Amino acid sequence: MEIMHVAGNDHGEILLYTLSTCVWCRKMKGWLDEKGFAYSYVDVDQESKREKEAVMDEVERWNPLCSFPTVVVNQKECFVGFKPKKLLELLGL
Amino acid sequence: MITSEKVNDLYSRLYSEAEAGGYHLNPDEEFTRDLIEALLINTQRYGYQSCPCRLADGVRDQDLDIICPCDYRDPDLTEFGACYCALYVSGEIARGEGEVRSIPERRPSQRDRSHEGQRGKGEEEKHADGEQHGGGGAWEKEPTYPVWRCPVCGYLCAREHPPEKCPICKADKDHFKRFL
Repeated sequence: MEIMHVAGNDHGEILLYTLSTCVWCRKMKGWLDEKGFAYSYVDVDQESKREKEAVMDEVERWNPLCSFPTVVVNQKECFVGFKPKKLLELLGL
Repeated sequence: MITSEKVNDLYSRLYSEAEAGGYHLNPDEEFTRDLIEALLINTQRYGYQSCPCRLADGVRDQDLDIICPCDYRDPDLTEFGACYCALYVSGEIARGEGEVRSIPERRPSQRDRSHEGQRGKGEEEKHADGEQHGGGGAWEKEPTYPVWRCPVCGYLCAREHPPEKCPICKADKDHFKRFL
């Protein structure tokens, strides 16, 4: 699995499971870029078939519907979709 | 290679098809262009126009319900005013009277889909045995969905709610009457 790291200000661990084609995923990444937050992401559709299954098992643990973007905050909580307010709330900002 | 001409071509085709059928593309052109480019990427990858916002399996049979326009578009338009990707939006949003947002996923989980598939398979096998045949007409049991009738042109559709506009004669949703 190829986890991409984007440098920025550390407000907590933000991991996004995304699709490279998904516009809501792009919006979430774009918002983080604009705010200068550090975050990591995996574009699941870019993984090999075998890797994809392993990543989807991970996604399923957080979000049984396996929808995108699945955003995991501090390895504790998660939400799905383009929801900047929810992210700020989970980060305590 | 996905050129901007290809994006333009698909954009104008989808736009005219949508409008002709009483549907609307998202008026946010940049957002919609990104989605249309993603549809072209998926067509190149999988050979069919799989939903850009969902992970395709790559096997057409497994992805039939998420080939755009997907099986979930119309119920999502009715409930949220936009499809899951927000490529298609309601008339209200197309007129700029509302905003699109991320909506919940309506597609069942893979686990539930495969259970559904198993059940479907079981039914076919029963029929193949011949034991379940005989006498049974389609109307013996309650239909799975209500059937709506457009009183203008007689168009019938079996779904939870009528479409926003009749795809045949463009009559508005409130014209539809429950038929079955």
